[in-house]
Amino acid sequence: MSGTVTTPDRLGAGATIRLVAGREITTRLRSKSFRLITGLLLLLVVGGGVALHLATASPSTKQIALVPGTAALGPALEAAGTASGQHLSAVPVADDAAARAKVQDGTAALALTGTPAQFAVVVKTRLDPSLTALLTEVRRQAALSAAITQLGGDPAAVAKQVAGATLDVQALQPTPERDAAQIIAGSLAGILLFIALQTGAQLVAQGVVEEKSSRVVELLLAAIRPWQLMAGKVIGIGVIGLIQVVVLVAGAAGTATATGLVDPSKIGLGATAAWALVWFVVGFAGYAVVLAALAALVSRQEDVGSVTAPVVMLMVVPYMLGITLGVQDPTSPVIVWLSFVPFASPIVMPIRVAMGTAPTWEVLVSLAISTALIPVLVWGAGRIYSNAVVRMGARVRLRDALHSV
Amino acid sequence: MPDLELDRLDKSYGELRALRELSLTAHAGEILGFVGSNGAGKTTAMRIVMGVLASDGGQVRWDGRPLDLAARRRIGYMPEERGLYPRMRVGEQLEYLARLHGLDQPAARAAAGEWMEILGVSARRDDEVQKLSLGNQQRVQLAAALLHTPDVLVLDEPFSGLDPVAVDVMSGVLRERSRAGVPVLFSSHQLDLVERLCDSVGIVKDGAMVAVGSIEQLRAYERPRWLVDGPPGGGAWVDGVPGVHVVQADGTRTVVELDSTAAGAEQPLLQAALAAGAVREFGPVRPSLVELYRDVVSVPTEVAA
Repeated sequence: MSGTVTTPDRLGAGATIRLVAGREITTRLRSKSFRLITGLLLLLVVGGGVALHLATASPSTKQIALVPGTAALGPALEAAGTASGQHLSAVPVADDAAARAKVQDGTAALALTGTPAQFAVVVKTRLDPSLTALLTEVRRQAALSAAITQLGGDPAAVAKQVAGATLDVQALQPTPERDAAQIIAGSLAGILLFIALQTGAQLVAQGVVEEKSSRVVELLLAAIRPWQLMAGKVIGIGVIGLIQVVVLVAGAAGTATATGLVDPSKIGLGATAAWALVWFVVGFAGYAVVLAALAALVSRQEDVGSVTAPVVMLMVVPYMLGITLGVQDPTSPVIVWLSFVPFASPIVMPIRVAMGTAPTWEVLVSLAISTALIPVLVWGAGRIYSNAVVRMGARVRLRDALHSV
Repeated sequence: MPDLELDRLDKSYGELRALRELSLTAHAGEILGFVGSNGAGKTTAMRIVMGVLASDGGQVRWDGRPLDLAARRRIGYMPEERGLYPRMRVGEQLEYLARLHGLDQPAARAAAGEWMEILGVSARRDDEVQKLSLGNQQRVQLAAALLHTPDVLVLDEPFSGLDPVAVDVMSGVLRERSRAGVPVLFSSHQLDLVERLCDSVGIVKDGAMVAVGSIEQLRAYERPRWLVDGPPGGGAWVDGVPGVHVVQADGTRTVVELDSTAAGAEQPLLQAALAAGAVREFGPVRPSLVELYRDVVSVPTEVAA
């Protein structure tokens, strides 16, 4: 019965941690829920990008049907459209009936009948407000030109002079222009990191309690040390989270580039994405070890929420500030300060980076602060975890877990 | 193979003293049964051996040296609270546990396959543990304790929840392992099983060992007792025999105690019995483990300061 091979027992700490991490990775990669959630998130990111693109993309060209009487307005209309950011295209039609037909079937946004100075506007339901001003201006220009001609002047020369009169604005404290793309990139960075950190850290907490509630932890701890188990779990789930983040960031960056949503000259997409990954690793290390230690205090899956809630709240505050204040005014002191505070910085700093308002040295300093804290966290969390993880039943008090065995 | 020694282990949970200088040695090649009432401290002692719990005092030694993690990996352990990953497949789970005990992948796979075969769960190799019946989960748990060919076995209630066939398989495995020189320490409430299987027994009460020894030793009374069935008169016939006291008399059945432990000391008793009437039964009396256990456990322990 005992023919099994006995290998000399030389399983080092590194190999042990790799084994534990490997189990976490294969288990999660194989789980349907993980693949489903990653797929859904990717869909959300890509779909959101495409939807945003469709919503903000340059409006489609509007056709304006012109009868022979108003055909002369064509060039002026198109020019006025371009000036106000609308694509207008003049389409000549044979007569009023043809013009009405085009408006009726929707191929033309409107039709102009009558004469250049006295045209009537034909629309299907009502006139688009943006076009009201434009058409009024065209009508006024026509009237003005007629008046200038009557007075013996040259309408073209007058128009040229008028065009030359512009405002000269001197701002004492100019606010840098934020374009929509930066706000999108900043929000996306904040949301992605928040979701990834949140789900990753919660997975660690659940994993710890799963081992505790199924009592398998006792079997494991007879063979390996508590800190090895904790480290393996955090690293394994961290790798899974990183895979998720890479997929999502690549999806977001890819969508943004493909749809032209983001102007590469305004935002360093590659740098933003790379920093997001770095901050995920640092942020995850902090949150995961803290949640692992807290989760070890309870023995039932239902109780995980009660011990992890304070940390989750801690995560929500910088997130909410980051995606509201942070993207509106990334230079506000609150945001700048938060981007240096450990646990807040992994969410806030990437927003600042995406907005292009964080100098590299600031990012590095903040990173150094967060990284320096990790060994302390690992030490404290390892202690709590080791002391609490084999205590079944009632919730272990944090103070007891820190001090005694 | 060396001995496993528990040396004066102390453990308190707040006010409660769970272990009081508990000492016990599982000798190489010996099956040691660990018995005691619920809460007596068996599980606490075993968890301390496994390093899952730290003791307040005392030491666990193997081969004369304090037990460290490397040595613990060579122990096969079955915790009182059974535990496996519920959503992990049986085969993979065993392989993983074997690897944590230091086996390389091919060896781990081979060991997992072999033990699933022995314990009759091979057909469930690719099923998640939570889909197995409790009895089969128990068999997997057992495989987990055995698959790294441990040098020591520490099993907390290994027989609880097993069907008779599995009890036989389990008993066979324990005997075979002990014949290979492995010290086997297991706790159980099934005293008949302990009596049948164990070489030695340790009875623990309120955290302290109250009786340790081989079954033979424990079952021997301080003074030899004999049962005589035949002569009527409620033991009155014994009166003339020197160095003999009646312990219990019930109709024709009389239990007596001899002062002398010398061989043949019972012969005068037999002659007196024959003289008093026909003798249907004459033999030494030994307490069963159950009686012994009740005896030991029912005596109130003096309250330690």
